[in-house]
Amino acid sequence: MRSCLAIGGWLVLLLNSASAEAPDFNREVRPILATHCFTCHGPDANTRKAKLRLDEREAALEILAPGKLDDSELVHRIHATDPDEIMPPPSLKKPLSAAQKDVLKRWVAAGAPYAGHWAFSKPQRTELPKVKQANWARTPVDRFILARLEREGLQPAARANRERLICRLSLDLTGLPPTPAEVEAFLNDTAPNAYEKVVDRLLASPRYGEHMAVAWLDYSRYADSNGYQTDGSRQQWPWRDWLIGALNENKPFDQFTVEQLAGDLLPDATLNQKIATGFNRNHRINGEGGIIAEEWRVETVIDRVETTGATWLGLTIGCARCHDHKYDPFSQREFYQFYSFFNNVPETGRLAGQSSNTKPLVSVETATYKAQVAELETFVKQSEIAAKQAAAELPQLVKAWAPKFREELSGQKVIWHGVGEATVTSKGGAKFERLDDGSWLPSGPNAVHDTYEIRIPHAAGPFTGVLLECLPDARTPNQSLGRFSNGNFVLTRVEAEISGAKGKPQPVKITRIEADYSQKGWDIKNVNSGIGGKGWAVDGPTRRQPIKALFLAEQPVTLAEESTVVLRLVCATLNQHNLGRFRLSLTGATPAAVSLKGNSIPAEVHAALEAAQPDAKQLAVLEKYYRAHVANPVKAADDRVTAARKKLTDLSKKLPTVMVMEEMAEPRKAFILNRGQYDQPGAEVKAGLPAFLPPLPEGEAMNRLGLARWIASGDNPLTARVWVNRAWERFFGVGLVKTTENFGVQAAFPSHPELLDWLAREFVEPTQGIRVAGQPARPWDMKAFHKLLVMSAAYQQNTKPNTDTYAVDPDNRLLSRGPRFRLDGEQLRDRALYASGLLVEQIGGPSVRPYMPVGVWNETTRYGDLRNYKHATDEGLYRRTMYTIWKRTAAPPSMLLFDAPNREVCTIQRSRTNTPLQALSLLNEVTFVEAARRLGGRMLRDGGDSMESQLTHGFLWAVSRKPTARELAVLRAGLKEDLAYFTANPESAQKLVAVGESAAPEDRWAERAAFTLAANVMLNLDEFVTRE
Amino acid sequence: MNINHQLNRRAMLQRAGMGIGSLGLASLLQQEGYGAAKNPLAAKQPHFKTKAKSVIWLFINGGPSHVDTWDYKPELEKRDGQSLEGFDRFTGFFSNAVGGLMKSPFEFKKHGQSGKPVSSIFPNLSQHVDKMAFVHSVHTESNNHSPALFAMNCGLPRMGYPCVGSWVTYGLGSESDSLPAFVVMSDPKGRGLPKGHAANWGAGFLPSVYQGTHFRPTGDPIDNLKRPAGMNADQQRRQLDLLKTLNQQHLEANPFEEELAARIESFELAYRMQSAAPEALAVDKEPEHIRAMYGLDDAKCKHFAAQCLTARRMVERGVRFIQIYSGGMENQRSWDGHNDIAGNHTQFAGETDKPIAALLQDLSQRGLLDETLIVWGGEFGRLPVAQKSKKPGRDHNPHALTYWMAGGGVKGGVSYGETDEIGHKAAVDKCHINDLHATILHLMGMDHEKLTYRHNGRDFRLTDVAGEVMKEIIA
Repeated sequence: MRSCLAIGGWLVLLLNSASAEAPDFNREVRPILATHCFTCHGPDANTRKAKLRLDEREAALEILAPGKLDDSELVHRIHATDPDEIMPPPSLKKPLSAAQKDVLKRWVAAGAPYAGHWAFSKPQRTELPKVKQANWARTPVDRFILARLEREGLQPAARANRERLICRLSLDLTGLPPTPAEVEAFLNDTAPNAYEKVVDRLLASPRYGEHMAVAWLDYSRYADSNGYQTDGSRQQWPWRDWLIGALNENKPFDQFTVEQLAGDLLPDATLNQKIATGFNRNHRINGEGGIIAEEWRVETVIDRVETTGATWLGLTIGCARCHDHKYDPFSQREFYQFYSFFNNVPETGRLAGQSSNTKPLVSVETATYKAQVAELETFVKQSEIAAKQAAAELPQLVKAWAPKFREELSGQKVIWHGVGEATVTSKGGAKFERLDDGSWLPSGPNAVHDTYEIRIPHAAGPFTGVLLECLPDARTPNQSLGRFSNGNFVLTRVEAEISGAKGKPQPVKITRIEADYSQKGWDIKNVNSGIGGKGWAVDGPTRRQPIKALFLAEQPVTLAEESTVVLRLVCATLNQHNLGRFRLSLTGATPAAVSLKGNSIPAEVHAALEAAQPDAKQLAVLEKYYRAHVANPVKAADDRVTAARKKLTDLSKKLPTVMVMEEMAEPRKAFILNRGQYDQPGAEVKAGLPAFLPPLPEGEAMNRLGLARWIASGDNPLTARVWVNRAWERFFGVGLVKTTENFGVQAAFPSHPELLDWLAREFVEPTQGIRVAGQPARPWDMKAFHKLLVMSAAYQQNTKPNTDTYAVDPDNRLLSRGPRFRLDGEQLRDRALYASGLLVEQIGGPSVRPYMPVGVWNETTRYGDLRNYKHATDEGLYRRTMYTIWKRTAAPPSMLLFDAPNREVCTIQRSRTNTPLQALSLLNEVTFVEAARRLGGRMLRDGGDSMESQLTHGFLWAVSRKPTARELAVLRAGLKEDLAYFTANPESAQKLVAVGESAAPEDRWAERAAFTLAANVMLNLDEFVTRE
Repeated sequence: MNINHQLNRRAMLQRAGMGIGSLGLASLLQQEGYGAAKNPLAAKQPHFKTKAKSVIWLFINGGPSHVDTWDYKPELEKRDGQSLEGFDRFTGFFSNAVGGLMKSPFEFKKHGQSGKPVSSIFPNLSQHVDKMAFVHSVHTESNNHSPALFAMNCGLPRMGYPCVGSWVTYGLGSESDSLPAFVVMSDPKGRGLPKGHAANWGAGFLPSVYQGTHFRPTGDPIDNLKRPAGMNADQQRRQLDLLKTLNQQHLEANPFEEELAARIESFELAYRMQSAAPEALAVDKEPEHIRAMYGLDDAKCKHFAAQCLTARRMVERGVRFIQIYSGGMENQRSWDGHNDIAGNHTQFAGETDKPIAALLQDLSQRGLLDETLIVWGGEFGRLPVAQKSKKPGRDHNPHALTYWMAGGGVKGGVSYGETDEIGHKAAVDKCHINDLHATILHLMGMDHEKLTYRHNGRDFRLTDVAGEVMKEIIA
């Protein structure tokens, strides 16, 4: 049959339909059986009818009767007219066409030969086809393409011109267009390898890794949010940084694969190899209340199986979750064997917190971070040494200070005496720690309503009242004053009584209450007011300042020997709004002399000062007090140490983490789940590989690392084929296998099967001596492979077909011309930012917030931290689109508009639609209008003196070529009209040139506005939207 | 050019069908199937001719109680307060608050020639029962809002599949040259989006051109609808003319590029949409008596009235599929009457009764009801037993709910299917969601078994592998 085809043309095709030769099983027979028969007579044992399967020759022999048409039940049934006999049955609603019946008949007549599914056997390199126009071919790739074109009697298209070529290469390899200077340089380069030099320059650009990463982000369902109802934030960008880096350093695809699937299990795994495994932690994680964690853990593991299967093997493994696969020889048991590779991560299935990363994690110490830490650590050490040196002077300093201080104090009456010894208890079970400054810090249980009771032994003498100081503390929620989760407290009552050695305790009536601060609506006057629902609060969540309050009796009470002052601080207004760290001082002064400002020296300091000859203990008290409270060089040195340490802890809190894979010491048990339900386990299974694919490479363990190496093996029939096909799709618009996501039995048959296999082998074992960055291609060399494709003549064709070619190859599946397709949303925005000079190029880091519609996040989420979207006002507005923050339930609308997936699950292929909403975005969205005004400004600034040269300059930035005379005339006419309008309407002009956050110009508004509109047209051209 | 291409394609297919050399290519072409036309939104012929051209789906969000609205159960009055033997307390969401059987707090009276008993919360809609076909035996697959919403909209209780509106738009294209083909309007009272949000009107694996366009309830209805500041309509028209001229010059150099031709058309549609969308929403342009009929002057229901009136205006302007959500998220924000079923349903019926009745009447008096299929219903029903609470409510019930349809070739005044005597489960002529979807597609002129899209190597349908058309309710 092939020899017939070499003659070519209609006649042969017509003859073929009557031929008795065996149709190719994979190309012609299997698709018919798969679509029309396998539903009931395929691999799935549960839905199999009449115990008949047609996917295996042995099992089907009886009804096939190979070579004996009259005996063949199959031939009889497909031609039957009786509705009870005919196959497929009418109820299936998948009748066979006459042509299909003919194929099956000829197949049976020829002996019904089966062949394994093409994608499941190892690709083989065939000899390069012979072609007539051998000089057209630049690479072996072209021999395959040309052979097919010659067979169809077609001519390849001419080579595209250099402007097109450099634009195409730049967009395809880096996602950004060339600059006018780069175009100019290429046009003027007469070297024979001028084209290759451009390719090498682009492959070496860091933009290459950014651009190539985008598709991989879709595969790995990368997002900056956890998904589901709350959809709060997470940080996985360090994994994205790893990805860009790996692509830029041209990590061979086998290593790239093993590190992402099992980098954590590699011997002596590096931090980077662990980060790489973030690939399979990019899935959603559910944190809704009331969920059953195990159910969602199972979903997570299944998600990993589906994502891994689709990304590397091009298999829709997920179909076998509930039943044996309908089309592929993948049983439900094999699904759960595959599942068990991913089932051993120490995880619960539940989100750790609404806006955080969920274990297992690693901290990512970037080089900058490490440098900062080292610097701060040195600083802390130096400060400590300085403080120690300063402290040596303490005795001298205290000696000099104490008499002066005593003198100072003698002139005034000490009003507040810090409480020394005392016992503190909590009704609600809180524990108290006494701190150096005499304050107490509660911890432990935070009861709904708590009462702190403080018993203070008191010498004989007067008692008038108490000073309460509330102090912020790092260990209190929100580093604030109260124990409620937001850091607030509400004090309801303060009770005081005197407990003597004998008799009943005597209550002290508090009549005067003051504070130096009250929260609005929660005044200090509410304390002891007895009004329900009221109390004293202090703006804990926002203020975090020390606060004082005093509680005084009307007259001093005279206490006998061995009395105890009992204070009760009652917080009973709001739940859990209990006091945090506090300090108490007492006074016996007459109320009139007492104010919040009165000094407060701890009693033991007083005693030490008064002592004629302070003992060692008293000296220590003085030193401690002096060091902490009096301005002096030692305190200054201490403060520097504290500040330095705080900086260090703050920095470590900011240390980003990334979610990674980890393996439990003891693997979890895995079971076949009936109907895929987590709570319906069937038979137990162990990790294992599907039987229709090759076995584990020798010496590998049957674990995730073994699986990764099995996938990344040259013997795996799918991995290399799947990857080279997607590379093909990237550069030629459509894969050789159109279903880039599916290489199973239901896959589209390759347009050039021999080429696909040749490429798959070439990827694994390069033979063509392609050099990248001076190095010859290595096995699995992604950059070298990309170079192989773009160096081909097929790639360099013009997009313009001739009429004859178009009639035979309308969809360009034969590559009779250069492909032309719409750019992705990311590329469109990047291209506009680049043309306008707004693009801020900075590789990696956390996601950024460009313009988005008002309220973009609020409609989908009422909870979580990702609400109230505010766009950045700095360079975050102009970074490459791949860094735009991605919230799954409200993914960037302008990206969705251009067919980006929402990243809920793995997506291999984006569609390329063309809608009016896209047009509205390009015409009116602030991003594009701002880009237009900046491109307009660029034309005026750099475009020379004439309108023509200015427009030409803008056109070069927008679409990388000079306009034709006709195009220029059209643009010029439009510009003149706009200029006249804006000159007459300066206010409109001023508004237009102020769109966006970047600085608005201060002069030449009419001109700038008119050029803005010219640029707006350029940034909407089909040629701008399309890569051609 | 388009015709040429069609011919070429057909010639290819014929040749390929006969021959061998291009068979791989032929199957590739066939795969493009339904979506291969030049403009994916161009109006397409249905599988067979029917009256209905548009759908307005009033999504009664949160789970309206069938036994308190359209499915009258006298037995509940008799057994009020009795416990329900053998009831699985995990049917609903709150297994710890299951009460006894509870009669409806509302009075039921017979209405119309069909004598249909209707709850007192629908004083206006009850006047239209002879236009409605009730399906009392609908049942679904989840007792949880998001999955149940996905199931009702997309046929499967998981996100990521195309919804009914997307399938209909994919099958029939658009009749409008200035508005989106499929429009969704959500609660404008700040009660949020239905659970699962945009996935409820997503196109799944269908090309995104078929996804619902969500008209924002406040602010600009569509993103980027407004021209940039400082640019007037004339100027933008001139911009587009310039663009068209330049694109056409480029088209001459690439004469076979359909994409390019389609892009020119997209810009024109976008331009028209900028004025057409606000115009379609301009209910204030309607005469006073129409505004009053819908209840635009009634604070209780004016928000939903405006959406119903907008829906009618969109139908008149050729929009294919319109979905309006009554209520936002869960609990008191929608028909999710866990607590105080009487108060909850009185409120939401009050928000919608008059506007929907007016919509039926208005479409009818304009002769548009025949061409417009009205669908009323939510994601699940509610239980006949009480959910214990200060004021009792009802919990979710996936086993039974009521849908009604009107117009668009539906028989009026009929009831199909029954629940058991207490309204707990669908019992007679059970109608799975797949059956409901098959019937809607059928009314729109499409065979649910033939409306397929190939994805991941499989021909997907809205109705998966099931679905029976309810012939009994079709006129």
